[in-house]
Amino acid sequence: MQVFVNGDAMEIVEGATVADLVRQLTDDPRGMAIERNREIVPKSAHATTQLADGDRLEVVQFVGGG
Amino acid sequence: MSDTLTIAGREFSSRLIVGTGKYKSYAQNAEAARAAGAEMVTVALRRVNWSNPDEERLQDHLKPDEFIYLPNTAGCFTADDAVRTLRLAREAGGWDLVKLEVLADQKTLYPDMEETLKAAKALIADGFEVMVYCSDDPVYARKLEEAGCCAIMPLGSLIGSGLGIQNPLNIRLIVEQARVPVIVDAGVGTASDAAQAMELGCDGVLMNTAIAEAKDPIRMARAMKHAVIAGREAYLAGRMGRKRYADPSSPLAGLI
Repeated sequence: MQVFVNGDAMEIVEGATVADLVRQLTDDPRGMAIERNREIVPKSAHATTQLADGDRLEVVQFVGGG
Repeated sequence: MSDTLTIAGREFSSRLIVGTGKYKSYAQNAEAARAAGAEMVTVALRRVNWSNPDEERLQDHLKPDEFIYLPNTAGCFTADDAVRTLRLAREAGGWDLVKLEVLADQKTLYPDMEETLKAAKALIADGFEVMVYCSDDPVYARKLEEAGCCAIMPLGSLIGSGLGIQNPLNIRLIVEQARVPVIVDAGVGTASDAAQAMELGCDGVLMNTAIAEAKDPIRMARAMKHAVIAGREAYLAGRMGRKRYADPSSPLAGLI
């Protein structure tokens, strides 16, 4: 199935969780936050939150700013 | 006697908050923040850039155990966007002390006060401690304080302009009425601007470009540290009265 991560389409396996997606994206998820369809998915719920086809995810982190 | 700054129950010995944008590298940024003696740094929240996994990370240079992160809402033009951004920031870092800014247009980055007040109320209701970037309008500054903001941060002049404090009278009016810290945020160009903000009775100064775009950012960071301390000391010392004519410092009696 297909989800959208930061606007880009991405193929993931059926039944994948947010934690699975994070593992697919990076091996260093420190300081990242995730929003799924405009709802924050807290870190404690990554492993139990199953993704659905067409989900829109935002994965953000801190960068330099004023 | 120690002269500390208390914001939302947190005590700081430095009255200078620095940004983390526009530096050549995060390493230079960290060195400048240390030279400024800053304890708090503003940070922005952006999408992770997957195309470059080797990209340097802010938190590897400006470590969250060395500096308190103050997440901002730079680039947000509506209250909803600002609230959404800071909720994500809280999830990313666990911090509830934040810098709110809701901007009106790209050309001036002037704060949209109606949206800012709306966002402040929503964030405070959601448990955030809100330090708020605002215009130098004393009426809106009072409304933001009444809404529960923990620090009022009026602009000296436009973000990144380096034009100093354009309306010292308004900054003074805001300082006189406020019961929470007032921090000049934006507009500082050089050390004398920072000193002026502190001499006006502000509790602190927040700056980014003045240091980052100096020819020698580390040296400018040091200059700003001294300027903030000098301005604060001068304010506490109480300046002499202004006179229209000369008043000799040497005794008139005993002249030959």
